[in-house]
Parts: sequence; C-alpha cells; structure tokens
Amino acid sequence: MSTQAKRLTPYLFMAPAAVVLVVALLYPIAYMIYASFLDWNPSQRIGEATFVGLRNYSNLWSDANFRESLSVTLKFAALVVSIEMILGVGLAMLLDRKIRGMTVLRTIFILPMMIAPIVVGLIWRYMYHPTVGIFNRTLNNLGFESVPWLSDSFWSLTSVIIADVWQWTPFIFILSLAALQSLPSSAIEASRIDGATGWQQIIYIKLPLMMPVLIVTLLLRLIDAFKVLEVILVMTNGGPGLSTEILSLRIARTASEFRELGVAAAMSNYLLILLMLLTAIMFTYNRLAEARNARLRQAAEEG
Amino acid sequence: MPILRLENLCKRYASNDVIHSINLEMRDREFTVLVGPSGCGKSTTLRMIAGLESVSDGEIYIDDRPVSSLEPKARDLAMVFQDYALYPHMNVAKNMSFALKLQKRPKKEIDQKVNEVAEMLGLTNFLHRKPAELSGGQRQRVAMGRALTRDAATFLFDEPLSNLDAKLRGQMRAELALMSQRVQKNMVYVTHDQVEAMTLADRIVVMQDGHIRQQGTPEELFKKPNSKFVAGFIGSPPMNFLEGTLEHRGDMTCVVGQGYILSLLPEQAQRVNAANQKDIILGIRPSDLSYAPDAKDGDALELTVLISEYIGAQSILLASCGDQKISVEMKSDNPIELQKNMKFQAVKQGIHLFDRKTEVAL
Ligand SMILES: Nc1ncnc2c1ncn2[C@@H]1O[C@H](COP(=O)(O)OP(=O)(O)OP(=O)(O)O)[C@@H](O)[C@H]1O
Ligand SMILES: [Mg+2]
Repeated sequence: MSTQAKRLTPYLFMAPAAVVLVVALLYPIAYMIYASFLDWNPSQRIGEATFVGLRNYSNLWSDANFRESLSVTLKFAALVVSIEMILGVGLAMLLDRKIRGMTVLRTIFILPMMIAPIVVGLIWRYMYHPTVGIFNRTLNNLGFESVPWLSDSFWSLTSVIIADVWQWTPFIFILSLAALQSLPSSAIEASRIDGATGWQQIIYIKLPLMMPVLIVTLLLRLIDAFKVLEVILVMTNGGPGLSTEILSLRIARTASEFRELGVAAAMSNYLLILLMLLTAIMFTYNRLAEARNARLRQAAEEG
Repeated sequence: MPILRLENLCKRYASNDVIHSINLEMRDREFTVLVGPSGCGKSTTLRMIAGLESVSDGEIYIDDRPVSSLEPKARDLAMVFQDYALYPHMNVAKNMSFALKLQKRPKKEIDQKVNEVAEMLGLTNFLHRKPAELSGGQRQRVAMGRALTRDAATFLFDEPLSNLDAKLRGQMRAELALMSQRVQKNMVYVTHDQVEAMTLADRIVVMQDGHIRQQGTPEELFKKPNSKFVAGFIGSPPMNFLEGTLEHRGDMTCVVGQGYILSLLPEQAQRVNAANQKDIILGIRPSDLSYAPDAKDGDALELTVLISEYIGAQSILLASCGDQKISVEMKSDNPIELQKNMKFQAVKQGIHLFDRKTEVAL
C-alpha cells in the first residue's frame, strides 16, 4: 500500500460517522440558524421567506414578553437545579448505608424519573386541583384555607417547581449514590481516624471526591431544566399570565400560535448560546483551577 | 500515656468467627508487633482497636477506659493503612495536616509541624504534589507522615512496608526503629514479615486462626517457642522439623529418627520424660547445625547435601536426612561437596522437642 493511501485510511473509516454527524446534527442546527434570519410564516416554503438579517434577534430584546419569559426560565432553572442538587445529594448521603430493605427503597426513589412527563403533568394537575385536588382537600380537612396552586402567579411557579423537583431529584440521587459508593472507603476511614465528624467527612472528603460527577450531573440537569416543556404545558400552559411561561413553551407558541418561525428560531438560538456559555464557563473554571494548582506546585518545587 | 488492653475480644462476621477471644496487654510505650500468616485476623484486630470495625464481644481498654463503643476520634490514635489511604484530592502538605486542621490548631503551628515531619521523611520537595503524582514509596512515607504529625498517644500500623522494594523496606524499617525510639509512644504494628517483627518489636504477638499462640520479646519467642507453629514462624530460614521417638540408651535419653540419633542434655531429658510422650517432633534451627567431620555419634546428624545456596558470607544448604529435608545455615568457606554424606553437629541447647499430636513444646 502506498504511503498516501495509508495516510488516508483512517479518514476513510471515519467518513461514515462524519457524514452521519453532518447530516443528523449540523444540518438541523444550520437550518435553524438560517431560519432565524428570516421572516418566515409556516404556510410559506423556506425559499419564499424574506431575509431580515438580525432583526428577529434585536426585536426580541425590546419584547417585554420575551424578557419576562427569559427571566422565568432563569429563575425556574436556577431554583429547580439547586433544590434538586441539595435534596439529591443529601438523600444519597443519608441512604448510603447497608440496611436491609435499602434496595427496595432506592428503587422506589427512582420511580418518578421513569414516568412520562405528560403523565407527570397530568398527575400533578389533578393533585393541584382547587377543589378536588389532594392538597387542598387535605388543607381544608386540617382547617386551613385553600391555596391557589395553579391560579396565582407566585403559587403557580412554585407548584411547577415542586413537580419538577419531585420528578428529577431521583436522577441526581442515583448518580450521587453511585459516585458515593465508588469513593475509596479507606480514605473515608482515614478521615475518621484523623478525627473528622460526619459533617466534616462530607465536606472535606466525600463532596470534593464526588465533584467531577456532581459537575457533570449539574450540567445535565441544567441543560434539561432550560428545555423543560411537557410538564408545564400540561399543568399551567404558561399561565396565569406569563408567570410560568418558560422559553421552550414560548418558542413552541411562537411557532404554532403566532406563526413566526424565524422569531422562534432566533429564540432557540438565544437558548443554545446561553447553554453553551454555561457549559463553557463550568469547564473553563475547572481548567483554570487545575492550571493554578500546577503553577503553585511548580513554584514551590523550584523555590 | 494509655496502656492498651484487650479483654476476651471477639469478632464474628455473620456466621464465621474471625477472632476468638483475644487477651492482650500492652505496656506503656511498648512497640507491639502482631504477626501471623495471611488471614489470621491481624488487620481485623487492629481495626477493632482503631474503631473502624465493631467489636462482637469483649472489651478494649485504653488506660482502663472501655472504648469499644467510642468513635475512632475519641480514642486518640493515629493509623497507617496497608494501602496508604491518602486523600487523593489533597496535596501532601494537606494530607499531613488534615487532622491538625480539624483540631483547629493555629496555622503557624501546623506549618511548622508539617515541615518538621516532611524534613524527617525526606518529603520536603513533594509537599505540593497530589498522591497520584508520587511513587509508591513516597506515598508510603506520606502515609507515615500523616500519622506522625498527629500527637496521638497510640500509633497503629497495618503492614506499612509491604508495598516497598527490599532496599527501601530495609531503609524504612531502620527509620521506623529510630522514630519509635524518639517519639516514645504506644505502637501496634501488624506484619506478616517476621524479620520486621524481630527487628522492631519490644513484644511480638504471634497469631493463628484468630488465636494468640504466643507473646513475648523477640528473644523469648526465638529461644523458647511454645509450639511447633511459633517455632516454624519465627526465625529465618525457618526451623527444621524431624519426626522421631524417644529411646533410652544406657543412662542417656536419645531422639531416634530415620537416619539420625541425637542424645539430649540432662535437663531436656528430664522435661520430656516428665511429659511421658514417646512420639515427638524434633526441631532444630538451620543456624544450630555446623559442619563437623569428627563429631561423635549422638551429637551429629549425617546428611546428604543436595543443594548449596550461596548468599555471600553464609550459605544455605538443603540436605536430606533419611527421606526428610533439612536446611543448614553455615559459613560459605566450609568444604561442602554435593551428594556426599557428611556429618553436621547439632548445638544441644538449640534442640526443641514437640509433642507429635498436639504440637506443643515439651
Ligand atoms: N467483611 C468480612 N466478612 C467476612 N469475613 C471477613 C471479613 N473481613 C475479613 N474477613 C475474614 O477474617 C479473617 C481475618 O482477616 P484479616 O484481614 O484480619 O487478616 P490478616 O491477618 O490481616 O491477613 P493479611 O496478612 O492477608 O492482611 C480472614 O479469614 C477473612 O476472610
Ligand atoms: Mg491485613
């Protein structure tokens, strides 16, 4: 075989994967980016749409509804992810012990994750029902007033957050539990000998060692939280007002109700940029911390 | 200073007993070494003392205070683990100072202590490295250093040198001996290497199958093993064992076995005759045999040398006595010929006799 052929061989083998990647991944994204520069109605073919440049992007900034929706999304994502992280990691710490029946308990804990989001939305909508829902009935039976779970703008966001926490805490729980159980047990024993209390073991040994897994988990959840749709769609459909209208819901409505595909595409791109920024920040932070340690070490060993 | 005492200490896992009622008292500032074959329960005992393993029965006393229900933290001890157990995310300095940091000692004091110990163990240049960036021997030293920065009253070591190469092990053994002289703390040291046990210990505790077989100073164990097991475990190369029976020849008591007759000293004869046991095992250390072409019958064994292992000034001979194998340790400059019958004189004080059934020393 000639040297040139040899050099080309790896590319030959990579070609099918590259083609699939381009077609399946890059084409839709490129399509979406192109669409975001158009004033495009679903009844038109893409070729008939007028090119408007960056107007969709700039118009969105002056659109109060979009800004409201963005802030709801940020609030929602930040809250659910922090609550889920704290609860999930906390539960994992609590349940990381050898007691009989623990396997059953763990299985029950991860059930919510396995239910289809639409169903989750329906279940919670019935539970939040103002008169026949379990929450208000229980409150009334105990002698408290009904709570406007889905009809008040503060409560509806809270209700949506509760449902999401219920569904996704198990995800963080099982990942943290797996991380926790793969920690070197001798390091934890050493810390007990060194005099660490239970809390100190968690803060100084367990959490730092779990950090790589936790960062990835956090990222996965964050990305998902920005894109959540079905549960909220079924529970509140974004209301009352815009109080639970997160971006993905607004994008869906812009495309189907307002029939503005270009604007919807521009919004999707904003979301994409936001997520990419978050990911980049998280990884850069890690990289920077590592580089700093290496620098410190080198300085110390030379000096 | 605490005195460590184990009283009827037992450990059971589900159905199998691992430690059977151990009684042990360690005097103040004593270097105690637990030895025994793999799986005999040394680590389990040590981990019960440390508080990492629950006690199934019995009690551990430190300074007459029962501690078996206390957390490790409350027992004031430092431990070096068999597999180092360093904190992978902390650098060497942080590994060594973790305990002090938890005790909220002033930063200056911590730094000073860490530097002092690092200096002693030759770790000064590695203080900013993570464990993953160190060699096995360096990690071992960090593990040691982490224990030494503590001011604990008792130090526990679980085979701390097992992962080192021969040279480094010898070096660290000497360091440890020096250090134990200097710090004067209670030390409990687990090993299955009897050379380590002999060189470091004030007191050796020989364990087998969860029982203590014998305890005492290295010299006591070497000179007066109470059973065939201890005799075979302590000393290198290990003691030779030959089957034999007791016979009276004139006014002498002799051990007669396949291919040899050895007469006993009067006090030995008295002891074995009192035990009234005919079938015995004769034990003799390789170093208690010497080449002696002119030895009298009754003082010597006639051996056929099969192999001579030259290890420098000394050689280890593997020989046959009847159809049993026996090893001899002697100066290399003796004229040894292979496959020839030769006489080897036995040092009479070095003869050990054991009951063949119970394997207890007579
Ligand atoms: N968790 C456990 N469950 C059941 N048996 C165990 C458990 N841990 C240890 N054992 C048993 O207890 C016995 C003693 O183990 P231990 O670790 O104390 O041995 P050791 O003397 O330290 O051996 P080594 O020199 O190989 O380290 C072994 O026979 C082992 O199989
Ligand atoms: Mg062990």
